[in-house]
Amino acid sequence: MEVNQETIGHLAKLSNFALSPEQSVALEGDLNSIISYISQLDELDTDGVEPTYQVFEMENVWRPDEIQPQEADREQLLALTKEVRDYQIKVPKVL
Amino acid sequence: MKTASKEVSAVSLVQEALEKAHRYQDDYRIFTWINDAAIERAKEIDARIANGEGVGCLAGVPFAIKDNFLCPAGETTASALILNGFTSPVTATAVKRLEAEGAIVIGRTNLDAFAHGSSTENSYYGPTKNSKDLGRVAGGSSGGSAVAVALGIVPFATGTDTGGSIRQPASFNGVYGIKPTYGTISRYGVVAMTSSLDCVGFFAKDAADLDLLMQVCAGRDSYDMTTLPDYYGQEPVKDGTKKIGIIKDFDNDAVAPEIRDALKRKVELLQNKGHEIIELEMPALKYALAAYYIITPAEVSSNLSRHDGIRYGYRSEKSEHLGELYENTRGEGFMPENKRRIMIGNFVLSSGFYDAYYLKAAKARTLIIKEYNKAFAQCDFILTPVSPNPAFKLGEKVNDPVAMYLEDVMSVSLNLAGVPGLTIPAGQTAEGLDLGLQLVGPRRSDQGLIKFATEMEEA
Repeated sequence: MEVNQETIGHLAKLSNFALSPEQSVALEGDLNSIISYISQLDELDTDGVEPTYQVFEMENVWRPDEIQPQEADREQLLALTKEVRDYQIKVPKVL
Repeated sequence: MKTASKEVSAVSLVQEALEKAHRYQDDYRIFTWINDAAIERAKEIDARIANGEGVGCLAGVPFAIKDNFLCPAGETTASALILNGFTSPVTATAVKRLEAEGAIVIGRTNLDAFAHGSSTENSYYGPTKNSKDLGRVAGGSSGGSAVAVALGIVPFATGTDTGGSIRQPASFNGVYGIKPTYGTISRYGVVAMTSSLDCVGFFAKDAADLDLLMQVCAGRDSYDMTTLPDYYGQEPVKDGTKKIGIIKDFDNDAVAPEIRDALKRKVELLQNKGHEIIELEMPALKYALAAYYIITPAEVSSNLSRHDGIRYGYRSEKSEHLGELYENTRGEGFMPENKRRIMIGNFVLSSGFYDAYYLKAAKARTLIIKEYNKAFAQCDFILTPVSPNPAFKLGEKVNDPVAMYLEDVMSVSLNLAGVPGLTIPAGQTAEGLDLGLQLVGPRRSDQGLIKFATEMEEA
């Protein structure tokens, strides 16, 4: 599999990046060499092997469904953003 | 390590650390922020000591945190522009536990942005320099923490290890570094990279200090459901001679001769002390790096999607509407390696490629785990190089992503299997660069691993 400028544009869109033309060209080369390296997994026989997604030994860690006091309150969290009005974060127009 | 007492004040310990931090900062670029207010905390500790109050087992000990640990002291930037201006109201559990024992944060250390890298060159703040050679890399991604300990600024520092980010910089700077068993130390309040691999660990000057830090930090945390129940210090540690495995395939021409020699010397020492050496065949490890550079970008692309410029951190000012704001903020705020990983992640997870890449890597992971299980049925620990080379030159690999990835070829398989690994210093090259070896154990063997490293110190 080779990526080209069209694939780069598609991946940039999925990734929510604005890329300059120079960045796009550099990324095409970089991504192709990375993909060529990781493609060596093709050699490995994985027929009948179950996938592993995590190595955590337990399942379903339960706790009572109760609200616990948290370190940060609403004011502190809202103070991290640029502009707030009536406890809402203000953003530029959507369309 | 030296703690504060009636004889040694916390203020003097912290003052000395801060002086050294400032003195080395211009040349080595170790810190993203130095906490001059740490003196105030030291004064409180001294007052408690004077009053005969309890102060904890790390009273007045200055330490540094990798700048991907959240706490209200200083901005948490992960060495990326996109987190600029972010001061966290919450404190990482590991930092909280260390502070509760009286330790004092004196600074935040430099890393590859979002821990993406093996040299600390991919930092918005510029590269951290190697402690032995200013023309060489510190290793990474926890390069700042390794150099802070190597130069004696602090007796210990925190790090994170997703594919070698503690073990490799420890090896490049001649200090000890531990990546514990997956799930041993809470990751609450640590910037997420690859959630199925990320581990919190430490750098220190000797193995005994690592043991103390593990005692303080290991254990269940209700804020991180992946933490294991308290096991550190609870499981029996076998004494006596051990069976040590060495991996045949790692003894090849791609590994620098100095590193192969260092391993041979250590193996001889172990044999002389009566330990048995076993040669292991682990053919699937050859595919660990390819699997790692599929699984990591996949999880990275998901974990970094939260950085949108809306709720915290950097926001691009030149956007007319919301979609542009996301694209400009992320386009300006991420470093090139962050972008490569996010895009590769979106590629390997996209329809049509998922089975060939992501699912294939997840199956390779199963085979790697099986190989480790088989190996540990035959031996107690495995001894391997940490990386194929000692510290390389600044700029040598930073523009060649695959060359940089290959530096991780012997470290990533531990994270895929969730097993612990510990870097032990193993001498120097003729030109004075540090060498390190990696001691690997089965899951939850962390204390035995540290104990064995202590015995090896004496060997």
